Formats: sequence, C-alpha cells, structure tokens
Amino acid sequence: MNPAYRRYHPRWHRERMPIFWWLRKAAYARFILRELTSVGVAYAVVLLVIQAHMLGLGPDAYARFVAWLRSPVVAGLHGALLLALLFHTLTWLHLAPRAMVVRLGGRRVPDTVVLAGHYAAWLGASAFVAWALLA
Amino acid sequence: MPQTVILDVRRYRPEDETAPTWQRYEVPFRPEWMVLDALNHIKDHLDGTLSFRWSCRMGVCGSCGMMVNGEPALTCATYLENLLPGPVRVEPLRGFPVIRDLVGDLTDFLTKLQRVTPWIVREDGREGPEGEYLQTPDQLAAFRPYAMCINCMLCYAACPIYELEPAFLGPAAIALAQRYNLDSRDEGGDARMDELSQHDGIWACTFVGECSAVCPKHVDPAGAIQRAKLEAATAWVADLVLPRGAR
Repeated sequence: MNPAYRRYHPRWHRERMPIFWWLRKAAYARFILRELTSVGVAYAVVLLVIQAHMLGLGPDAYARFVAWLRSPVVAGLHGALLLALLFHTLTWLHLAPRAMVVRLGGRRVPDTVVLAGHYAAWLGASAFVAWALLA
Repeated sequence: MPQTVILDVRRYRPEDETAPTWQRYEVPFRPEWMVLDALNHIKDHLDGTLSFRWSCRMGVCGSCGMMVNGEPALTCATYLENLLPGPVRVEPLRGFPVIRDLVGDLTDFLTKLQRVTPWIVREDGREGPEGEYLQTPDQLAAFRPYAMCINCMLCYAACPIYELEPAFLGPAAIALAQRYNLDSRDEGGDARMDELSQHDGIWACTFVGECSAVCPKHVDPAGAIQRAKLEAATAWVADLVLPRGAR
C-alpha cells in the first residue's frame, strides 16, 4: 500500500473468524466431520494392533479380549465407530481422484476408474484382514 | 416479477466508523440485471459514496468478486433474478482486510503470487527462445485448466484455512504455481516446489475443497494443491530410497 495513501486512511478492518465458522455451510461441517473421524481411524488402527497382540498371547487372552469386545457398551461404541470410519473412508476415497492424475498410453484415466481402483484396494485390504482374523 | 429489490450492503467508512455497518438500498428490478448492475445503479443514482471494484462486466477481469448472500461470487455473473425475493446481502470478500465498503486489500495475495514465480523459468536464464517453444496439444492440455485463473480471489474467500492461517500461500497462488510446473517449456519446477513445500505452502491445505466449488473458471485449485502434495511426497520417497542417479 502506498504510504502517501495510508496517511489519509485511518484503519483497515479485519473480520474476526467466529469459533463456529464451520457451521456457516454444509460443506464446512462435512469437512470438520471428515477431519474429526480421522481420530476414529487412529483408534481403529490401535485396536487392530492390540487385537493382533492378544492373538499372540494365546487363546485365553484372546478370549478375554473378544468378551470385552462383545460387552454391550463396547459393542455400541464400536458400532458408532464403524459409521464414523465408513464416513471417513468414503469421503476420502471420493477425494482421491482429484489428487491423482493417472496417464495410460498418453490419455488421462477417467476419475471413475481411479475411484474404482481405490474401492478395489479397500475391499481387497478388508478381505485380507477379515481372512487373517477369522481363518 | 417484483418492481424493486432490496440490497443490504456492508459499508465501512474508516474516517467515520470504527466497525462496518449495514446499509439498505432499494433498487429497480430488471430481469437482465446482475448484482453488479444493481450496485452501479446505487452508485450512479442513490449513493455516490459506495465504493466497490469492477471493470470488464464479463467475468474476465476478476475485479468484482464479493460475498453475495454469504457466498463468494463474481457480481457481474450473478443474476439478481436468482436471488429473489431478497434482500440480497453484499459484503466484501472474506479473509481480506477491508479498506472501504466492498473493497478489500489484496496486497497479501500479490506478494505471495510473486513467491511462486508465476512465469516460465528457464535454466539457461534466457528470457525467450530464438524461435518458438513448440508444444503438443497434450502438453498444452496438461496445464491449460490452471491457466484459466483470473485472480478474482473467490477461492481465498471460500477457504477457511486462509482465514484461520493468513500466512497460508492460498489456492490461486498454488494453482498458478502448478500451471507453470506442468508446462513443458518451464524448468523452474524444483525451485517452485521448494517454495510450495514450506510450512505455509501446500501442507497447510487440509482439502476443504470449497476453493474449487466457487471458482468461476473451473480451475480446481484444490486438485492442484493435492497433486502438488502427491508430487512432493513421491519426490521425498524417491530421494529416500533411490540412488542419486535413478531419481
């Protein structure tokens, strides 16, 4: 800004951002929800590691762990966690093609194909984990 | 159709006021009018003290961006008819200090834009070729969408991260950096990526995505930022695992 101009200009105004800015529009609220549900993702990873650890400790420890998982409070919380994880995963997967520009044979692979690849990888990884835990 | 429409306009007169206020104007309604036409009617016939920027009236210059009913919009491309019955709220673009009324101070963006060297950089230092730099249609298509940016600042006004962290380089500056990074004639990508990879660069973006939603030129700055992140991360992994010659 030209200093000569500033002499005649008493002050600039800057709006303060309200703490509930994310309620301004649905897109902001969805974004915050996506970010918050990443805590659930971290929890699920830790839970999986603990589950593998319990499996390593032997049948008794694993049976106690499964009994804890089946208690109504834990099962209820994990049901809510599953919904959070699904929300996070689906919103994240649908954003992925925006970041990945894949070129094959000089042509850009359509976003739907990149998205389908992500879904396939997700299903494959889920199937592997299910096989490892249930087999 | 109504005969008139109400506009509630955010006024800020720093010589008289310590904070912005709302002022109500009643303007004639014409179905072919944009919000900018209504503002010009106010300026010409009702209140000559109202200040706002505009120039081309055809969505090219990027001067007339404002918040219309809380959304960033080019006022020359926003029909009054679509905002009926009103009142229509017009405010300066969010995220920028207000100089007066609807005029924001965009100096911050202009400073940041220079940081990303938004021009073709050649390693040999020459400003231009002796002939032409030839380019195939595919090479042109790689960066063309990002070249459509008109610096209208709607993406900054839509970005809550820029409002929360004013140091953030911001959507348009990064999209324009990518425009040159993806240009086959450019050789300044490494230096530009060093700038983009700073703390206040691409990594400050948390992919809200609204910058792309409001872009009047469909530039997709959010996509540009995520692509730059992917490129930076891939380069970092390559540095880590590949021998120097194979990177």
